[in-house]
Amino acid sequence: MKPAPFHWHAPTTLAEAAALLAEYAPQDGRVLAGGQSLLPAMALRIARPPHLVDINRVAGLDLLEVVDGVLRIGAVVRHAAFLREAAPGPLGALLAAVARHIAHWPIRQRGTFCGSLCHADPAAEWPLVAAVLDAVMVAHSLRGDRRIAAAAFQRGLLDTALEPDELLRAVELPLLAADARFGFEEVSRRAGDFAQAMALAVLRRGPDGRVTEARLGLGGVEPAPRRFPQAEAMLRGAIPDAALIDAAAHSVAQAAQPMEDEGYRRALTRTVVQRALLQACA
Amino acid sequence: MSVFGQSVTRLEDAPLVRGQGAFAADIDFPRQLHMRVVRAEMAHARLLSVDVAPALALPGVVAAWSAADVQGVPPIPFRATKVRGLEPYCQPILARDRVRYVGEPVAVIFAEDAAMAEDAADLVLVDLEELPALLDAAAPPGDFDGARDTEPTIVRKAYGDVDAAFREAAHVVALDLSIGRHSGVPMETRGAIARYDAAMDVLELHGTAKKQHWNRDEIARLLGRAPSSVHLFEGHVGGGFGVRGELYPEDLLVCLAALRLGRPVKWIEDRREHLVATNHSREQRHRIRAAVDAQGQILGIDNVFFHDQGGYIRTHGARVADMSAGLLLGPYRVPAYRVAGHFRLTNKTPAATYRSPGRFEGSFVRERLMDAIAARCGIDRLAVRQRNFVGVAEMPYARPLDALGTDVVLDSGDYALLLDKALARFGWDARQADVARRRAAGECVGLGLGFFVEKSGLGPSDGVRLTVDATGAVELVTGAASVGQGVETVLAQIAAAALGVEYRRVRVLHGRTDRIEFGSGAHASRVTVMSGSATHQAGLALAALAKATAAAMLQAPADSLTIEAGVVRRAEGAGGASVTLGEVARALAPGSALSRERATPGLTVESWFHSDHMTYPYGVQMAQVAIDRGTGTVKVEHYLCAYDVGRAVNPMLVEGQIVGGFAQGLGGALYEAFRYDERGQPLSTTFADYLMPTIAEMPPLDVLVTEDAPSPLNPIGVKGAGEGGTNAVGAAIASAVDDALGGRGLVTTLPITPRDVLRMLGT
Repeated sequence: MKPAPFHWHAPTTLAEAAALLAEYAPQDGRVLAGGQSLLPAMALRIARPPHLVDINRVAGLDLLEVVDGVLRIGAVVRHAAFLREAAPGPLGALLAAVARHIAHWPIRQRGTFCGSLCHADPAAEWPLVAAVLDAVMVAHSLRGDRRIAAAAFQRGLLDTALEPDELLRAVELPLLAADARFGFEEVSRRAGDFAQAMALAVLRRGPDGRVTEARLGLGGVEPAPRRFPQAEAMLRGAIPDAALIDAAAHSVAQAAQPMEDEGYRRALTRTVVQRALLQACA
Repeated sequence: MSVFGQSVTRLEDAPLVRGQGAFAADIDFPRQLHMRVVRAEMAHARLLSVDVAPALALPGVVAAWSAADVQGVPPIPFRATKVRGLEPYCQPILARDRVRYVGEPVAVIFAEDAAMAEDAADLVLVDLEELPALLDAAAPPGDFDGARDTEPTIVRKAYGDVDAAFREAAHVVALDLSIGRHSGVPMETRGAIARYDAAMDVLELHGTAKKQHWNRDEIARLLGRAPSSVHLFEGHVGGGFGVRGELYPEDLLVCLAALRLGRPVKWIEDRREHLVATNHSREQRHRIRAAVDAQGQILGIDNVFFHDQGGYIRTHGARVADMSAGLLLGPYRVPAYRVAGHFRLTNKTPAATYRSPGRFEGSFVRERLMDAIAARCGIDRLAVRQRNFVGVAEMPYARPLDALGTDVVLDSGDYALLLDKALARFGWDARQADVARRRAAGECVGLGLGFFVEKSGLGPSDGVRLTVDATGAVELVTGAASVGQGVETVLAQIAAAALGVEYRRVRVLHGRTDRIEFGSGAHASRVTVMSGSATHQAGLALAALAKATAAAMLQAPADSLTIEAGVVRRAEGAGGASVTLGEVARALAPGSALSRERATPGLTVESWFHSDHMTYPYGVQMAQVAIDRGTGTVKVEHYLCAYDVGRAVNPMLVEGQIVGGFAQGLGGALYEAFRYDERGQPLSTTFADYLMPTIAEMPPLDVLVTEDAPSPLNPIGVKGAGEGGTNAVGAAIASAVDDALGGRGLVTTLPITPRDVLRMLGT
C-alpha cells in the first residue's frame, strides 16, 4: 500500500498552480487537495499519477465567504468547515446537516468540498447539494476562469466537465431564502459509509401552504446526482400531504435508473425521497 | 482479600497507553531488507511461468524468488489431526503449477525499503492460464490437482438410532441454513521479522503470536535446523482472534531469506493483503433435520453440511468442520445424532479458525432449528429450550461424540438457571409486552435468543516456572501467548493469590521460546484454564517451599507461617519475627546450606497441569431489534450477553472479552462478508467494502457474568471466557429479526443484509 513513484509540486500562487497543471496535466498530473479519495487510490495503485500539484499552499483558496447573496467556497475548504453554519439562513443549516453524513471525523478535517465535486463519486453528498442548489463551478486554468453550471458539471460516474488542466478554484452556492425548508435523508450500511441512496429536498411555501418553489434531488443511485423535474412539478402549487409526498417519491423511484441492484435501490429511493420531503414539510 | 476474582487494572496497559508498545512494525534491525509478496490475480489458473528478472533489475532490489527458488522447502503442515490424507492439499510457500485463490503468494521481492519492494513487485511477470473457479462448496467437487478432487474428507459422527427417531417423530423440521464468509480482522495486520545471528548460529523470528513453540518446531523442521537454534519472540499483538500467529507462507519466507541473504528481513502485511491472505473463516451451509415428538422433545438430529475451506488446507487441518460436527448439539439432550460434514476446497482464501470457530456457525444452525421446532409444535421458544436442556443432575454429561480429539463431556452447568437469570436481567416479559404494543402501532420489532455451550481449556498440558529473586520480585515464565487478552494480568493475579504477593510484583513472560522449552500459546480459550491452573499450582508449591525455608530461618514450624504481601511471618499476631520472600530467595542461593537440601537452588518451582477433557462454559444471548420498513436496516436496540465462566479471575477482563467478542459476532450477523464475483475475484479488499461494525453500530450492551458452575476439572474452577461473546450473536440476532418479521422462519442466512430484510418484508 505504498503509492507508485510520483513527483510532488507545491505551488503557492494560483498562477503557479495553473502553470504546473498546464505542464503536467498532459502527463496525467493531478490536483491534490484533501487527498481523501486520491491518496487511498494511489496507495492501492488504482491511481498512478506521475505528478501531483498540491494546492494546499496556494494563497486564497481557503476562503469561505458570502458575497452578494452567494456563498463562495474555495478549493481547499474542508468538509469540517460546514459543521458549524458557514452561511446565514437555511443554507448554513442545510450544509451543516449534510456535512455530518460525510465519512468520519478525520476525513472531514482533511477532505474538501471542491475536491468531492471534482472526484464526482455518485455516492458523495456535496455533488447532490451542488446539483439541487444550482451551484456554479469556477474552473481556472492558464486560459482564465470558466464558469460551469452544476447541471453541466458532473457528466457521470467519476466524470466532470473539467478539462485536465483546469482547477476547480471555487464553487458558488446561492443563499436560500429565509423561508426555505429543507430535508436530507441518506441510507448507508454503516455510519459514515458511502450512501446507497440519498435525497435532498428544498421547498418554499406560500402563506396558504402551497409550494411555491421545489427542488428535489437524488444521489447515490444513478451515476450522477440530479434533480427530478417531474416530481418537483407535482409538488409545485400543491399543499403537500402524505399522499402527494408518497406520489412524488414514487415518481422519483420510477424515473431513477439505478446503476446496480435495481429493485433494492428503487425501494431505497422511494424511502429517502419520502423522508426528505417529510422533513422539508415538517 | 485475595486478588483472585478482583477487577484489578491491567499490568499490560502502561506501555500501551504511553505509545511504548512493541508491535511487529515497531521492530527493526540494522541492515534489514523488506519483503513484498507478489500475489495471484486469478482465482484458479495454471501457473505457466514467473519471470522475476525485470524486478531484479530495479535499483535497490536484492533478491526475487518464485517457486523454483524455494523448491526444497516443504509445504506448510497442519497440527495433529486424526484425519488421514490431507497432506496433498497443504499450501506451498510459493505457488507451484497452479494458483488456487486470488492473493496466493507467487513470488517475493527483497529490497532496501518497502516502497522499492512494492515497485519491484509490480514488475514481476506472472503468466497464468485461467481455469474455471469453484466458488460453492455445496456444488459438486471439482479437480484439485489432476489426481484428487476438492473434497479431501467428509467428517462423520453418529450415535443412536437416527432412522428410528425419524420414523417415530411426530414432526420433522428441516432447514437449509448458510453462514457467510468472514473472519478475524485484527487492528494490527500480520508481520514477521527474521534475523539470523551467525555469531550464535540462531535464527530469530519476531512479530509472532499465538503458537510460538509449535511454529518454532515446524520452522526448524522445514528449514532443516535444530529447534534449539530457532527462537520466536512475541511483542505486543494487536489482536489475534484465531487468524494471527498461525504459520503462514510469509513466516517461512522471511526466515529462509534471512538465512540465505545474511540480512534481517522484515515483512509487514498491508490491509488489502490481509483481507485476501490471512485466514478466512465461517462459510458453511447446513441442511439439517430434526425429529421431534408432539411436545417438541428432540428425538434425533440429522445434519449434512458443506464447509468452504478455500484454496488449501492450512494449519488447522479439518478442525473447524470437526468442531462444527462435534459441538453442534450445544446444551440439548439429543438421543440420536448423525452428521456428515463435507470438507471442501474452493478457489477462495484458505479458511481456518476464528473466535468461536464451528460454534458461531453451529449455534446459528441449532438455535434456528429450536425456533423452528417451537413454531412447528406451537410451543413457546423458551419452553422448547427448557424442555430439551441437559439437566443439572445429569452433569457431568458425556455425549458419545468427540471434538478436537477429545470426548465431549459437559463438565458442569445449570442451563435452566442461567436462562432464568438472563430472562430476568433482560426483562424478557416486559419487553415482550412492549414489542406487542409497538407492533400494534405499526412498528416492526422483535426479540430473539440463542443459547449455547462453549468449549475451553483444551489440554493436554501446560507448565510454568515461577521464581522469586533476591529482591523479592516474582517472575512467571509461561509457554502461553498473549494476543492482547490480558494474560499477564490474569496469570499474575493467580500467582499472587496462591503465593501471597502483590500482583503488580509478578512479571509475566510469555510467547518466547528461548525462556521456556514447551508451550501451547494462546488459542481455544485455553490460557486461563491450563496455564492458570499450572500457575495456581506453582504458586502453592512456591509458597510451601518459601514456608519450609522460612521455617528453618525463623525457627518456627512451617505450618504456623503465612505469606502476605511478600512477607513470611507467623500466622498468629502481627508481631514477631518475619522474613521477606527476597530474604528466603537469598537463603536458597546456590551454595547456601538450605539450597543443598534441594535438587536445584533458588526460590523457584516449575509446575505442570494436565487435563484430558475440555471445560464447557455456557451462555445465552438475547436481542431486541427494530427493522426500518423503508430500508430493511436492522437496528439492535438492546442486547444481553449472559455467560457462566465457572469462576472469573478478573471480571472486568471477562466482560471486556465478551464485549469485544460480541462486536465481532455482530459483524458476522449483520455486516461482515468476504464477497467474490463469479470468477472468484474478491470484492471485499478494503474497509470500504468489508464492513466491520464500528462504535456507531454497537447497541446498548448488557453483560451478565455468572459463576454458578465452576469446572470440576481444574483446581481454580475456571472456564475460558474468550469466545462466549461471539458464539451466539448470529443466532440471537437472526432469532430476533425473524420474530420481527412474524416468526415465519424466513431468516436462514448470515449476514442478514438490509436488502434481504426488505425482500423478506415484502413476502
